Parts: sequence; C-alpha cells; structure tokens
Amino acid sequence: MTLVILAFVIWVAMWALNTRLANGPRANSRPIQLLVPAIFGLTILVVWELLVHGLNVPLVILPAPSHVVATFFNEIPTLWLDFQQTFIKGALSGYVIGCGAAFATAILVDRYDFLKRGLLPVGNFVAALPIVGTAPILVMWFGFDWQSKAAVVVVMVFFPMLVNTVAGLQETTSMQRDLMRTYGAGYWPSLTKLRLPAAMPFIFNGLKISTTLALIGAIVAEFFGSPTMGMGFRISTSVGQLALDMVWAEIVVAALAGSAFYGVVAMTEKTVTFWHPSQRK
Amino acid sequence: MRKIFPVLTVVAAIFAFWYAAVPFMNVKETLTGLERAGAVVVPDNPIERRDASSFGLVLNNSFAIPATYAQERPRLPAPHQVAQDLWKTTVMKKVTSKRSLVYHGWITLSATLLGFAIGTGAGIILAVGIVHSRAMDMSVMPWAIASQTIPILAIAPMIIVVLNSIGIQGLVPKAIISAYLSFFPVVVGMVKGLRAPDAMQMDLLKTYNASDNQGFWKLRLPASMPYLFASLKIGVAAALVGAIVAELPAGGARGLGGRMLTGSYYGQMVQIWSALVFAAVLAASLVLLIGLAQRRALKRMGLT
Repeated sequence: MTLVILAFVIWVAMWALNTRLANGPRANSRPIQLLVPAIFGLTILVVWELLVHGLNVPLVILPAPSHVVATFFNEIPTLWLDFQQTFIKGALSGYVIGCGAAFATAILVDRYDFLKRGLLPVGNFVAALPIVGTAPILVMWFGFDWQSKAAVVVVMVFFPMLVNTVAGLQETTSMQRDLMRTYGAGYWPSLTKLRLPAAMPFIFNGLKISTTLALIGAIVAEFFGSPTMGMGFRISTSVGQLALDMVWAEIVVAALAGSAFYGVVAMTEKTVTFWHPSQRK
Repeated sequence: MRKIFPVLTVVAAIFAFWYAAVPFMNVKETLTGLERAGAVVVPDNPIERRDASSFGLVLNNSFAIPATYAQERPRLPAPHQVAQDLWKTTVMKKVTSKRSLVYHGWITLSATLLGFAIGTGAGIILAVGIVHSRAMDMSVMPWAIASQTIPILAIAPMIIVVLNSIGIQGLVPKAIISAYLSFFPVVVGMVKGLRAPDAMQMDLLKTYNASDNQGFWKLRLPASMPYLFASLKIGVAAALVGAIVAELPAGGARGLGGRMLTGSYYGQMVQIWSALVFAAVLAASLVLLIGLAQRRALKRMGLT
C-alpha cells in the first residue's frame, strides 16, 4: 500500500514540477522543452513500476518496466534475429521497393494528364482502405518468409507515397514553370531542376508516413504465418505463452526501430529541404 | 463525363490485368486437377511442371485456360468468382447465419464504431486539455507525436489476451484497440484545429471582454471543425483496421478479420477476397459518411 501512496505522491509532485517549469520564465528555452516531456515520461515509468509492485499485478497482466528491461537485455540475441527478419528483410526491402515504384509511377502519372485524372481518385480511394487485409493473400502467394512481408509493405506504402509525390509535382507555380521555359529548359531539365526539388517536402511527407506503415505491415503480416522468427511471430507466440515481458521487450524494439527509422527520414528531409520555410530557423 | 472516363479506364485496366493474371497464377493447380480427370497435359510429369514457368505452361496447355477461371480453390480468384461469393454470402444468406458476411461485417463494424466513439471522445478531451494547460501541452504532446511513429497495431494481440485473462471478452477489447488507433490522429488534428484562430481573432474576443470559456465555445471550437473532420476520416479508417487486426488473435473466427484468418488456414482464397472487398466497401462508406457530414456541417457554418 505504501508503494501505491508513494506512486501517487510522485505523480502529484512531478506534475507540480512540470506545471512550474511550463509556466516559468524560461519555458520556451530548448532545455526546458526537452526536460518537461522527459520528466513526464519518467514519471509514468516510475508510477507504473510502483503500482505493479504495490498492487501485486500478476506478470500475465502487466510486467513492471524493470522486468521488461531485464528481459530486453537477456534476450538481445533473439530480439536481434527478430529485428533482422522483420525490419531489415521485411520492412526495409518492402519500403525501398514500394516507395521506389510509387515514385516512378508518380513521374509517369504526372507526365500524362489522363493518367493523373484516372489514377489519382483510385489511389486516394485505395489509400483509405484496410490494406493490411491483403496480408493473408500475399502470404499465401509468396510463402512464409520475408518476401511475403516485403510484398505486404510494398502494397501498403505504394498509394500514400504515390498520392503525395503526385501532389508535390504539382506544387510549382505557372510563373516558375514559365521561367524555366524562357531558359529553354525541356521536360527533363525542368523536372530535375525545378519540379522535383519543389516536390521534396511532399515526397518526404509520403516517406515519413510510409515508415510507420512499413513496420505495421511487416509485423501484422507475420500474424498470418512466418518462419520461427520475426517480431510479429514472437509477439503472437509469446502472448500465447503468457510471456508478456517478452511481448513488451518486442514492443520496445518496435518502438525504437520505428522512431529511429522515422528519425533518419526526418533528418534526411532536413538536409534535403533546408530551403523550405518549415525547416528554416 | 470528363472526370469519370479516366477513372473508369483505370478501373477497367485493373480488371483486365486481373483477368489476364488469373491463368498464370492458377495454371499449375488446374493442370494437376485436369490430369487427374484424364486430360493430356504438357509436360505430363508433375515434378517437371512444378519447376516449369507458369508462362510456358499456359502457352502449352491453352485448352486449360477456361478451367483456370473456375477453380474451386484458386490461388487468384477471378473477379466474377469473388463477386459470386460476395453475392452468395451477403444477399443469399440470412444475416444471422454464421456464413453471412453481413453478420461478420456487423461484428467488426460494431467494434469499430464503439472504438471510434471512445477514441474520438477521449482524443477531443485530451486536445482541449492540451490547449488549455501549458504543462499538459509540453508534457504530453511530444509523446503523442512520437507515438505515431510506433507500430501500435503490434500490441493488439496482447491487449486481447490480457483483457481476456481479467474476464473481458467480445466487443470491448476490439473496441479498445480501435479506440487506441483512432485516438492519436484526433488528438493531433484537434490540437492543431483549436489553435487555428490567429492572434487577431483572439484579440477581438478579448476586446469584447469574452471569458476563456466563451472564447472556447464561440471561436476555438468552431474554428477546429475542418481539422476535426479531416482527422475523423483518418481515425475511422484506422479504427476499422484496428478492429480487423484485433480479430486475428481472438481466434473465434468471428468478424471480417476472423474470416480472413480462417480463409488463410484452409486455403480459401475466395473467402479472403470477399472479406477484403467487404472491408474495403465498409471503410469507403464510413469515410464517405464522414465526408458528407463534413460537407453539411461546414456549409452550415459557412466555412466552405
């Protein structure tokens, strides 16, 4: 019981601290803006830990964070195998193929107005559909190994990427295009020198959306059949064994991989579109 | 007409491609079946056939092409097979039958709608809190944004099993996953929307001596509506995906996700395809409904 009270006290104290920091005079400075969410995250972890111990929550319902961390470090070889199988082989290869294909299609679509008017509504429609549902079909076609996961990822990232790239390629104004024409620039020079750079913010938006979709697709596809490794496989089998600490460790891996993947794309965006107002300081 | 024609062309091209792909995808199984029935196929050795390319097999056995469209368990069902199955499982079956897609669709839809309502409600409340309290904004918002990069769907099996072990079953666990998925888009969109009024408008209200409360109801909330509807569209699609994925580990073979899973266990491709088409129609109509509500609401508010 004391632990529960302690958790409550810590929660209130941390919240008071955060309120003071957030309303304080230096609230807009960079360190404080990093500190406040960090304190909040830490508080949640501490309260979680204390509540699990204080209320004697059984492992099959919720493992304590410390338990998850211990499992994470004990099981690094397994987690690394799963990570390779799901992220590198499944998600990453599918991401590259899917985004590449969507990019090429977008260039083609942009060239022909007929395709643009035909394919874009279809693409917008498909982007809203539960594409994860194609996973069982693709698993049956491409087998249980990573190829089928990559295929699911390709299908999932294709349309968001296509729609974004096409929208980006329309971003230039007629004034800018006219300027290129007065320079005597043909289709290809004006594409590579004007329209693609102008489309970059949109393209990166598509790339960023696709990072999450890629990981989701690769993990969910494993629920329909996989070799005896992979993050989705481990999650579903560990849930079956009620080894929730392993599930949480796998979720930590997924979260780390997802944020790192997103972070890398966002960093690339920052260097490529340094000229864009949203990136300027 | 100018708008519809290109779309129809693209759709027709997709169907043409689909029909063209069917013989190549199904030829091996079809030939095995025909050989058993006594037909002469080239090559007549099953092992050679397994290693041969589908393209060559179709060319050498062109008589088998019609049969590839009428397979009992095709690798790729032809569109008309899917349409027949859809017709059979939606219109011809009683809606209470366990083989009716309407029955399974309703199971998924009810979880989706309940979860969507919970997720949207909680999302709006959190967004209001974030806009009103600076501490909450600085503590929660970075995590809300960061959590969008995490494949949340991966924890669906765990939530189902954990809730099951404390005695909650059926609709609620699925709805929780749906709620979780539709929650974050709504929070992020709604915060953006509640902050949409610019300083000039806020100052105007201040000159009217309006209280914070009045400012919220008369300016911030109406101004957030376009953002809210945009994120509702994303949220409802995510909620449906959540409900479908949540049905995978439930194991009860109920709902559209359950149909897909049993289809994949028993190699019933037609069943997977019709569940997929049904889910697609469901998603499209949900998004369409919200789009209609958006158009009517925004029109009445004079925003469009």
